[in-house]
This record gives sequence, C-alpha cells and structure tokens, in this order.
Amino acid sequence: MNFALHRRATVLLAVLAAALVALPWVADNYLISVATLILFLAYTGQAWNVMMGFAGQLSLGHSLYVGVGAYVAGGLFFHFGLGPWAGLWIAILVCMLLGAAIGFLAFRFGISGVYFALLTIAFAEFTRIGFDHIPWTGGPGGLFLKVAQRDQVDLLHFRGPPAMYYYSMLVLAAGALALCAAMLRSRAGYYWQAIREDEEAAQALGINTFRWKMLAVIVSSAMTAVSGVFFAFYYNNLFPEQIFHISRSIEIILGPIIGGVGTLFGPILGAALLTVLSDGITELLAAFGWEIPGIKQVFYGVVLLGVVMFLPNGIWPPIARRLGIGR
Amino acid sequence: MPIDLIVNVVIAGVLTGLVYGLMALGLSVIFGVVRVVNFAHGEMMTIAMYAAVMLFAMLKLDPFLAIVPVAAAFFVLGYLLQRALINPFITRPEHSQFMLLVAVAIVLVNGMLMIFGPDARNVQTDYQLDSFAIGPILIDAARLYAAATALVTTALLFLFFRYTLTGKAIRACADNYLGAKVVGLNIRHLYGLTFGLGAICVAVAGCAMSILLEVTPQLGPVYTLLAFVIVIVGGLGSMGGALLGGVLIGVSEALAGLFIAPSAKSMVSFGLLILVLLFRPQGLLGRKS
Amino acid sequence: MSLLTAQGLQKSFRGLRAVHEASFELPEGTINALIGPNGAGKTTIFNMIAGVYPPDAGKIHFAGRRIEGLRPDQVCAAGIGRTFQIVKPFAGLSVLDNVVVGALQRSPTVAHARAHARHVVERLGLGAKRDLLASSLTLPDRKRLEVARALATRPRLLLLDEVMAGLRPTECDQLIDVFRDMNRQDGLSILLIEHVMRAVMALAQTIVVLHHGEVIARGAPAEVVRNPTVLECYLGEETEV
Repeated sequence: MNFALHRRATVLLAVLAAALVALPWVADNYLISVATLILFLAYTGQAWNVMMGFAGQLSLGHSLYVGVGAYVAGGLFFHFGLGPWAGLWIAILVCMLLGAAIGFLAFRFGISGVYFALLTIAFAEFTRIGFDHIPWTGGPGGLFLKVAQRDQVDLLHFRGPPAMYYYSMLVLAAGALALCAAMLRSRAGYYWQAIREDEEAAQALGINTFRWKMLAVIVSSAMTAVSGVFFAFYYNNLFPEQIFHISRSIEIILGPIIGGVGTLFGPILGAALLTVLSDGITELLAAFGWEIPGIKQVFYGVVLLGVVMFLPNGIWPPIARRLGIGR
Repeated sequence: MPIDLIVNVVIAGVLTGLVYGLMALGLSVIFGVVRVVNFAHGEMMTIAMYAAVMLFAMLKLDPFLAIVPVAAAFFVLGYLLQRALINPFITRPEHSQFMLLVAVAIVLVNGMLMIFGPDARNVQTDYQLDSFAIGPILIDAARLYAAATALVTTALLFLFFRYTLTGKAIRACADNYLGAKVVGLNIRHLYGLTFGLGAICVAVAGCAMSILLEVTPQLGPVYTLLAFVIVIVGGLGSMGGALLGGVLIGVSEALAGLFIAPSAKSMVSFGLLILVLLFRPQGLLGRKS
Repeated sequence: MSLLTAQGLQKSFRGLRAVHEASFELPEGTINALIGPNGAGKTTIFNMIAGVYPPDAGKIHFAGRRIEGLRPDQVCAAGIGRTFQIVKPFAGLSVLDNVVVGALQRSPTVAHARAHARHVVERLGLGAKRDLLASSLTLPDRKRLEVARALATRPRLLLLDEVMAGLRPTECDQLIDVFRDMNRQDGLSILLIEHVMRAVMALAQTIVVLHHGEVIARGAPAEVVRNPTVLECYLGEETEV
C-alpha cells in the first residue's frame, strides 16, 4: 500500500474539504439536510467497512448498533435528562459489549461467512421485536425526545440549526476517514487484511485471528454507536420498526458496496451517489407526475443490480486508477 | 387456558408449518446445491401468492388448481434467473452474491408494490371457512388441504432426487462440484434445473398460502428470513429437516402468538436460529460437513 | 543439540490410522527431509508440528518446550514457520505487504517490519515485483512469496511443504541455493516434505522415511537411498519368476 499521498490526491482532498466546509453558506436547509444524510451514511458505512472491508466479516445486522446506540442515549436523556455527551459514552460502551458478545459467540463457535451474516440478522431482528415490547423505550409507539428551540447552537444538549448538525457529521465523517486510514497503515490493518484474505495463512504467520476479529467487531460497533446517538438527537424520534429494520442494515452497507468495500473513499462516494440518485429519481418522477409508491426503490434496485454485476469492486477503484491515486 | 384451544393452535401451527417447510425446502435445495444465498426467496413466494390471487380474481381459478400454471411458469423463470443472472456469481465473494439477490429482492418487492399497491389482497373460496371437527378439535379444511399439498410436493421431489437420473446428477453436483465436472455433467444446466425446482416449491407453497393469509408486498422479506431460519434450524441438505424445521417454527410461532403476544412470534424463531447456529450449526437433521 | 524432537506421535482420522509411533529428532542448524510415498503421513506430521491439529498421542519438543496441541499462531510465535502445499497468498495485497504481515511477528513497529520485509523480498529474488499484487504472480513467484512470508517471521525452524512441486529444474535450483544460503549463513533449520529427489539429495543432511504412517528409516542420504526397506516401499519387492 503506497500511502505517500501524491500531490494530486492532496490537492483533490483539499478542494473537497474546502467545498464541504463552505457548503452551508451557499446551500439552503433542504440541501444541508441532504448533505448531512450523505455524511451520516458515509460515516456509518465507514464504520461497517472496518468489519467487512478490513477483516472480512459480513455483518447484515448493523442496524442493531445504530438502534441500541440511539435508544441508550435517547432513553437516558428522556428519562433522566442525561445530556448527549454523557449518554454518548454509555452508548458506545453498551454497543462495544454487544459487539463483543456477538463476536465471541460467533468466533468461538467457528461461525463465518453466510452463517455469520445470518447470525447478525437474527440478533438485529430479535432486538427489533424485543424493543417493540419494552415500555421503558416507548415500545412500538416510539420514543420522542424534547425538541428545544433550534435557532441557537447549544452544543451541550446538541441542539441547533441544521448547519450545526451538518458540521458535526462532517467532523465525524472526516474523523472516521482519518481513523480508518491510520488503522489501515497499522499492525491492525495488516493483520485484518491478512485475515480477510486467508485466515489459515494468517494463523500460520503468528496472528491470533480470534483476538483480531474481536477487535474489528468491537471497533466497528463502537463507531456505529456514535451514529446512533447522532440519529437520536437529530431526528428526535425513535421507532423500533424503523431503526432496527433490516432495510436500515441494507441501507448502511449499500454505500460501501457500491463505492468499494475495503477502500477508504468507497463508503463516502457510495453514500453520496446513492443519496443523490435516490433524491434525483424522486424529483424526476415527480416532474413526470409519476407518484407511484415503490417506483423509486425499483430504480434503486436496478442501479444496485447494475453496479453489482458490472463493477464488482465498486465504483471508487476504477475512478482512483483514472485519477492516479491509491485508495 | 383451555387445553383444546392450545391443541387447536398447535395443529394449525403444524399444518401451516408444513407449508412453510415446503417454501424452505426450495431454499434448501437451491442453497445446498448451487450454494447461492437466495435472498429473494420470500419475494418469489409472495409473487406466487399474488399470482394465485390474480388468477382467482380474473378466472375464478381455485388456488390449488392454479398451482399447475404457476409452478410451470416459476420453473421456467427460475431456470432463466439462474442461468442469466446468478451463474457468474457463484465464484464471487459472498457479499457480492448477497447484494445481487438483495437487489433482485428490492426490485421484486417494489415492483409488486407498484403493480398491486400496498393493500392486502386475498382469495375467497367456498370452502375457506370450513373445518373438520374431531371431538373438541377443529381443523381448518383449507389448512389441511394446503398441508397435504405441501406433503405431496415434498414426496414428489424426494422421489425425483432419489430415483431419477437427473435428480442423482443434481445431488452429485452438490456433493462434489469438481467430480461432477470431471464426469461430464453440464453443471450450468443442472444448476438452472435446481433453481427451477426450488422455484416450483415456492410456487406451490405460495398458491397454498394464498388461501390461508392475505398477501401484501411486505411479506417478501419476512418470508425470506423465515425460510433461512427454517433451513438452518432443520438442517441444510435434509428434506425432512426442512419440513421438520417448518413445523417447529410454525408451532412455536403459533404458541408464542397465543402465550406472549402475536407480534412477538418472530422473536421465538430468531431466538431459535441463534441457538441453533451456536450449538448445532448443522441443524436438527443436517449432516455435519 | 536437538532442535525438534517428536516422540511416539499418533494420529487417526475417523478410524484410519495416519501416523503411528513416529519418532525422530532434528538437530539444530540442519536441513532434513521427510519423504515417503503418498499417503505415508508426511503432511499429517507437518500439521501436527504446525498446530493445525493435535496428535492423538505423543510429544513434540521444540527448543526445550512442549509444543504439541498449541494453536498455529502460538507455534509460529515459538519459532516455527511453515509454507502450504497449495500456496495461500494474500491475493489482494502487494508482494511486499504479504511479507510485511509475516515480518510483523517479530518487529515492534510497522516501519521496522517493512524494512525487514524489503530485505527478505530481495533475498528471495522478488525485489522488482514487490509492489505488484500477489494475485498477478506466476506459480514459481508465488512459491517464493510463500517462502518469503514464512521467513519474515524469523523462524528457527522452517517447514516446507512440497515447495518444489510444479517448478522447472532451474527454478528448483534457485530455491535450493536460497535455502542452502539461509542454512549456512543464518543457521536456519529446515524440515522439508519433498517428492522432487533432486532437491532432497542436494539439500538434506538427514532423511526421515515414512511409510504407512511409520518411520521406516533415518539417516544420511547416501545410506537411506541404499536401504533395502526403503527401496521396497518405493519400488516393491522383487518377485521370483
């Protein structure tokens, strides 16, 4: 992996960063919210990518960590008035323990591949239905967080105008990118990729694959918890049916898969493309007067089909090659 | 709680479970032979249900009779789907396979939503509300016919795999891919046939189910997951396992609906899946590989 | 001084006896070959040493400690490196990165590992290809990569599983030179499973012969090759006509 950032890559990165920072000044609230969603998906996709792209463990139940993170922080705020910054750490801890438990069960019992993916789905679904029956978190009716005034920035309670949420998510996404780049360069990055490529060969080189797979799961779940907390305080209402649903898990992984699993920019590019495409299609169809429910998702599915069939490594690698940069 | 209520619920669970089992059998056959995770399995089942509903609405065709045309159509479509779309993905990494079929599932579910709308549809036959009474026990006629259909189809499939040359060839592919190639079997064709057979299972199960339930597009993903739970609990590669798993799930869902709450019934299925994956991953009747 | 001692190794697979009462000793700093007809139990012994599965009975001593039953990664940490009969490169990584993974075993930092890996890559003649993806390599190069990766873990004993298979004589000779080099200069001990007699006779200082899971002969190459029991197991008995 040649990490020497070519001058070209640095320039492109700087331009992108400048554009992202300047966005709220030139865009309206709607656009800002779209951009925030893109960054949210990019960040969560990046977190998922640590487990899949780096360590090769396919999780199809990542909505579990988003949901648990959201409900822990949201619930603590709702019942005890505990601010988001304190709730954040508790949410991260809970999700880490949850991830560790699932990882331990799976890896100790030698579950991998399809079966591991199904195990993650089972845990997410189990939790979804479970939360429908927990009164403390509002049950199926949902949990609603008080929405205070939104004009002034109140970082302590994480309330403010859309731009505040946008910048927070931007910081998170940029941080995740930096973290993943650093991890990829480190011993963890090498070992994870070795495990992903060939676990038996990795073991023969002295790698305790159980320990490192656990680390990947724990890091991934901890990172995802943060997006859950953000979700709680951004949308302010949580429903088990929505947040734990398998379609949410699929939404999380669409970005990285389309962009390129295991790459650094893949999740971001994929998230951007999907959101733009999705909104674009809605607009286009509305312009034609086609408001049939489901038509947008059909287009979505067809695009996904196309990417999976013709660009199996994602969209980013060929673009990266054209631009002459590494990951 | 009166004992005859419980018995009735269990019997209903067993009968419905047999139909689930047939659906899952289709998945077991596909997964066990072609080794592809058919994430669109439930969606296929839902389409079969819609087909039965439409045929009934337009031609007054009884769903059990509709099985013939629907199964035939599904066989052809399944074969084509496998050869045209899925074949190149057999050697690709698992997450690629998943995404391919997830994409297909998304297109199917929302296609159904577009064509049929979100409202529930059902079939209304004359015998739908009949039941047989054996003492205090009541058995729904429709459920009994559906379960019988499932059993007959399973038996036919079993005979096919056991005694026909093609059936044995398919089993050979599943057992030893390389060996089958060396012996000269046309793997692509056989895989297509297998997918077609799996599709037939789904078609029959769907037609049978259309009498028992209302159909909405959202059933698709629900049935996909259910099929996977049953296949894993029952054991991959075991026909009896698929039926047993189906019955087990059918009964546990019925009892959970009775004793806990109707909305919690899937929880039991997923709990069972987790336990089986951890402690007996080959399933109840599966062979340890 | 004995580096590796195997005592009374037994292994059966579902009733089929693969290895029976196998005992041998490998002195430090020597190259040893494990030969025998197919199905003799060679890879089984390898796998037991490497920790893939434990022996049903028997002991394995390495550098003074008992290692039977350890996990593969623990065996590597103890100082044994191994290659696989069917090569297992990390296809998505570059040649250099493949070797870095191995080097990280004994290097405290990534930078240190990269430096060491570069060195090993050069030594195995892959220097020019170090940034290529492992998946793009030819078979001989993949074999070299396999060896380089194992060597990067700085083992005291290297287990080579039929590493010469599929190589042309010149390629074979190149590897022979590398191994001889490492043995003489770095004191690396080697145990190789081989069918390619050219390599065995050129490299081995002692040969252990296995047949039906049992050790039937041990000693210097010249003796073993003339041993009547060995000849019989490879060539069959002479029948009087």
